[in-house]
Amino acid sequence: MAAARASYDEVALAVPVTVPYVRYSIRSAHWFAGRALALMIEGAGIDKARIDGLCISSFTLAPDTAVGLTQHLGLSPRWLDHIPMGGASGIVALRRAARAVQCGDAEIVACLAADANHPDTFRLNLSNFSQFAQDAVYPYGAGGANASFALLTDYYMRRYGARREDFGKLCVAQRQNALRYPYALFKKPLTLEEYLSARPIAEPLRLFDCVMPCAGAEGLLVMRRDTAAALRLPHARILGTIERHNGFPADPIQFRGGWARDRDDLYAQAGIGPEDIDFVETYDDYPVINLMQIEDLGFCGKGEGPEFVRAHEFTVAGSFPLNTSGGQLSVGQAGAAGGFLGLVEAVRQLTGKPLGAAVPEAAFGLVSGFGMINYDRGLCSGAAVLARDEAA
Amino acid sequence: MSNPAPRPKRKNPILRTRLPTLPPHARSRVALGLTAAAALGRLELQRCRNCGAIQYPPRETCHICLSDRLVWEPQDGSGELVSETVVHISQELFFRERAPWRLGLVRLDCGPSVIAHLHGDCAAPPTRLRVLNCLDRAGQAVLVAIPEKETPNMAEDRQLREMSCDPRNRKILVTDGKTAVGQAIVAQLAAAGAEIIWVGYAEPWKKFPGFERIKTIPQVTLMPLDVTDSVSVKELAGEIGVKVDILVNTAEHHRAFGIAARAGTEVARAEMEVNYLGLLRLAQEFGPVMRARGADGRNNAVAWVNLLSIFALANYPPHGTFSASKAAAHSLAQCLRAEMLPSGIRVVNLYPGPVDDEWNQLILPPKLAPAALAAAVVKALQDGVEDVYPGDIAQDWLARWRDNPKALERELAQS
Repeated sequence: MAAARASYDEVALAVPVTVPYVRYSIRSAHWFAGRALALMIEGAGIDKARIDGLCISSFTLAPDTAVGLTQHLGLSPRWLDHIPMGGASGIVALRRAARAVQCGDAEIVACLAADANHPDTFRLNLSNFSQFAQDAVYPYGAGGANASFALLTDYYMRRYGARREDFGKLCVAQRQNALRYPYALFKKPLTLEEYLSARPIAEPLRLFDCVMPCAGAEGLLVMRRDTAAALRLPHARILGTIERHNGFPADPIQFRGGWARDRDDLYAQAGIGPEDIDFVETYDDYPVINLMQIEDLGFCGKGEGPEFVRAHEFTVAGSFPLNTSGGQLSVGQAGAAGGFLGLVEAVRQLTGKPLGAAVPEAAFGLVSGFGMINYDRGLCSGAAVLARDEAA
Repeated sequence: MSNPAPRPKRKNPILRTRLPTLPPHARSRVALGLTAAAALGRLELQRCRNCGAIQYPPRETCHICLSDRLVWEPQDGSGELVSETVVHISQELFFRERAPWRLGLVRLDCGPSVIAHLHGDCAAPPTRLRVLNCLDRAGQAVLVAIPEKETPNMAEDRQLREMSCDPRNRKILVTDGKTAVGQAIVAQLAAAGAEIIWVGYAEPWKKFPGFERIKTIPQVTLMPLDVTDSVSVKELAGEIGVKVDILVNTAEHHRAFGIAARAGTEVARAEMEVNYLGLLRLAQEFGPVMRARGADGRNNAVAWVNLLSIFALANYPPHGTFSASKAAAHSLAQCLRAEMLPSGIRVVNLYPGPVDDEWNQLILPPKLAPAALAAAVVKALQDGVEDVYPGDIAQDWLARWRDNPKALERELAQS
């Protein structure tokens, strides 16, 4: 039996920041990273030199890595990480930064994800995404992840009886959440009728099943709780986390993610179960992935996702508040920042400072990450159970 | 079923001819193993010699046991369609111009799941089907899933036709109709549904054997063409070049003997004039205009066929100078292929063993019948392959050459 995992008791998540999203920007990823860091320093009321750990995720930082960014931003960190894991970046960054501050390797770690978006960025990212994508997906005309997720969605619908209306219900609810969130790029309500009749992208996916690429950045500071208290920073705690890559390599097609392997570990470490969670931030690049996360993280059984959707309301005031700032489907997908969107929102909710609608009496939130369609499936999965810090 | 292609309408001269675009062509080096198999029309996947696992996409090591002892092995491609999609929006011009486009995820019986182009006649998942490994317009390997059982007009599928070079409804130039091989190719292209076949002949004042019979084929028009004469080639290209969809170069000069048995260079020069410089002249005059028509509608310029010889790979001393001229043509054909690639036009090389004609009189059987070579040309176009080694002798030489080229050289020195 594996050794018991150390807790994250001493760790605080503070100063969640968002550099407002824009569809296209002439700025580079470095600009967005710089803005995010500036917002964090300003929010924490500290000098830049106190940031002694840096963790960056970006698809568009090339030719630079985290190393180049230290000189670019004038930082001299003693702990540095670069996490190219797309939608799982936030969870993975959190796990690594938390251990760094617990062990004393860094005092304050700035975790951020920043991406540029120029009119041609999306196409260039797709064609260079991975060797398998280059060799075995992109030559087939697949519009990036759209076709890959269309294949997963088609399978999920056939196998588990999901209907377009089920996915639509989630998209409509997330749009309602987004209408209260100031940085959402989609500012008009979405009706189920509009969702169903939108133009096809890669059947069965239509326009509102697909995230819109944009530019932006998200970030937060990871530090010890006593550091956060000394700085008088509102903060959230980490109760448990999981991470898995290439979780089910033998599945002929993806119908589950690594969460299904690791969720017992997650809840055991957290000391609470899915029934105790007040709100959930899933990685929602396509709605079918929401259903997989709801199932695989234990909110219902495998294949019961469609029934679960029909039985619940997903707005902030609903029975199962989901993607409370609107998620990527309604806010936009700012590259790797999409992997931080739910994490940043969860910390805002748990510190009582949401920019949009507040989940009533939110004490426990679950954030989930999913990333990197390397070939036919998303490889990275992760999740974290976060809590309000009652002592703060 | 796929709809049979209607006879093409006359081209509207007011509309601009669409310029060729290609599917994404970038591949890792290890993935080019798949392209090498597709050039021969085979589906091959990597198998681990250590643990037996079959894997896809191609990798440098076995994903099960981490051995690097990987070999490409033929597979039958049978499998089950697990899911499908129809892509309406693509980032790539080639697919934007051809949307909607059907794709499927197939679980192969041999193990891996593959993303494949999906034939229109395949039923909705779950359904049994067969996966082929084809060259796409970029000349790179792609997997294509087709129905398990033949359906009517299967080759006419819109997506499949983007991979193949089917002669049906196409306008074809056969550069020399004087030989038995040239005439067999003309007859079989006509039977395969070619719309027009221009047949070149070098000396229009002479009636060659078979002349009357070939003239009775309705699609055939005889055209004066001497590939040793730059003016003749230029004139024909000026007259029909903009209409040629497929060019089949059958012009060949073949004499026996090597170096010692004959004085002077006249015979060798004549072989080079036809076999090498003839190809060069044709490529210079017809190449550019065919390149411009690489995406000209459903009946676009698609292929250039060279009749080379298995003697091009290794010299056959009893036909030594002929072998040398075919080796030169083989090399030039590689250059032509590289230059045609950006326009999506496939250069198909056939490397037959000795053909059963008068110039191979003294070679012992088995020899390749002209009709068999013609059938190989038509099949290569229909299947969209790039390299063909028709007949038993060609296959035998190819196997020896691949196994050990030096050993083949010694074997041929004693022939």
